[in-house]
This record gives sequence, structure tokens and C-alpha cells, in this order.
Amino acid sequence: MTLAAVSGSLAAVGYGLAAIGPGIGVGIIFASYIQSTARQPESAGLTRTYMFLGFAVVEALALLGIAFGFVFGK
Amino acid sequence: MSGLVLAEVPFPPSVDDIFPPSLWESAPEWLTKFSLFLWLAVAVVLIYFLVSYRDPKIVPTKKQWLAESIYGFVREGVAKDVIGHEGLRFAPYLASLFCFILVGNIFSIVPLIQVSPNAHIAFPAVLALSTYGLYLYQGFKKHGFVGYLKHATVLPAPWFMQPLLLPIEALQAFILQPVTLALRLFANMFAGHMLLLVFTLGGFALLNAESLFLKPVALVSWAMTIALTFFELLIAALQAYVFTLLTANYLAGTLAEEH
Repeated sequence: MTLAAVSGSLAAVGYGLAAIGPGIGVGIIFASYIQSTARQPESAGLTRTYMFLGFAVVEALALLGIAFGFVFGK
Repeated sequence: MSGLVLAEVPFPPSVDDIFPPSLWESAPEWLTKFSLFLWLAVAVVLIYFLVSYRDPKIVPTKKQWLAESIYGFVREGVAKDVIGHEGLRFAPYLASLFCFILVGNIFSIVPLIQVSPNAHIAFPAVLALSTYGLYLYQGFKKHGFVGYLKHATVLPAPWFMQPLLLPIEALQAFILQPVTLALRLFANMFAGHMLLLVFTLGGFALLNAESLFLKPVALVSWAMTIALTFFELLIAALQAYVFTLLTANYLAGTLAEEH
């Protein structure tokens, strides 16, 4: 007996789930950058590189989700 | 439905939209929009730097100033800051990488082109491979073959942690770094292209809808397209910067003396 059924591609739902973690992560990274800049404005240039590094690494997870959503979406 | 322009558009867009046919009927299979724009990107970067540096002045002209500040930005902001003083010899590679990716990415919002060559995995993959080759070569040159393998995989940690750490570090240095480098650029450009397609074609789909209340929503959809185009400009510049930054970061990790 089927209780519920979904038609169409589950990849869209899967990607939504996969984007939660990176979403939180990217938010934390930018929040921390703003906070550190507000506390110590002269460190803005120093920490900007690390912000983008961290952002790129975290964002990779969401992008893997997009890519695999299309690859295994059939 | 009279008076409305009804375009028959396929909706939703799919991956096939990103594989255009050859430029003309008898053209070879590889000669598509993408290879054409790839050459165009190379030509734009080459010609711009050649022209702006053909007759350098002590008081720079506008063209020369722009070219110098792009190079200066990569040299000071990426090569020197991330790798340190010995990173300056990589500044030309990093700067060409940055300019080429930037021009290629901006093609995704240039009218009539509207797709970036980097939206095909092949092009970012080659760029990532050249970075991979470069940092492997630099590592082997500096630490020796076994020395570099050790340098890349062995962390200063208690011995009982090593069985856990070794595979992770090896996977990270030799597989994940180049793969994510290529995938990040590709997925960003691909997703951006899809996003613009969804909202543009979605506008037509709404316009063609049966319900009268859905038709005006098409305007919202097209307004979103315009907003997202500006967002794409931001992403294009950011991804070019991130690619260059990560390349410099991997080189820095390879060239570091000890942990």
C-alpha cells in the first residue's frame, strides 16, 4: 500500500535539503566577517581573503548538490 | 489571447539547452558557440593588454591604468598576500587566470552571447588541471617526490590518529582540491545560466497560462531576470577572484616549509 507518492524529479527536493547546511555556513561566515570588522575595522583587509576562502569552501557543498541534482536527476 | 505575443517555449529548461549545435550546417562538431566565445575571451584579454601596454607612459593613460590596476590587484592582493614574497613569480599566471575567467564569466550576461564558456565542465576542468599540474610540479621540485607526498599527507599528530588522517589528507590534496576547483566555477556558471533561463522562459510560460490572473505575473518574472542579471555580474567577478585565490592558496600550501 502506498501512503504517499511524488511525481516528477526528487532532485529538486534533494537540492533544497542539501542547501540547508551551506546556507547556514555561508551565513555564519559573512556574519563573522562583519562582526570582526565592526570590532576591529583595521583588520578588514587582512580577514577578507580568509572570508572568501571559507565562503568558497562552504559554497562548494551547495554547488555539488546542484551538479549532482542534474547528473542523477533522471 | 489576442494581441499577446505567444512564444512557444520549452519549459522547464534542461541540461540539453547548454549543448548548442555547430555554428553552421557543415561546421565541424566542436565548432560551437562555446568554442567561438572561448577564442573571443582569449582575444579580448590578449589584445587589451597588448594595446594598453604598447606605449607605456610614466603618467598612465586610462587604459594603461586599468590594465595596471588589474595586474596590481592580483599581484599584491592575491600573489603577495596569500603566498608571500616568493609568490610574486606566480603573479603572471594568476593574473592571466583571473582575467581570462573574468571575461569568460562576464559573457554570461553580455546580450546576444548570454552564456559563459565556463558553463561547460570541460573548460573549468582544463583550467583546474593546469593549476593541479602547476602545484604538483612545484611541490615535487621543492620537496622531492617522496618528500612532497609526505608533505601533503602527513600532519603533525599522534601516531594513532594517522590512519584516520592520512586518507583524508591524501584525498584532499590529490583529488578533492582540483575537482572542487573545476566544479565550483562550472556549477556557478551553469546554475546562473539555468536561473536566468528559468525566469525568462517562466515569464513566457506564465504569459501563455490559461488563467487571466497569472498573465501579469510574467512581468514579475522578467523583473526578476533583470535583478538576477546584476547578481550574475557579482557572481562572475567573485568566482574569477575565488578561483585565483584558491589557486594561490594551494600553491602556498605546496610551497610552505613545514606545518
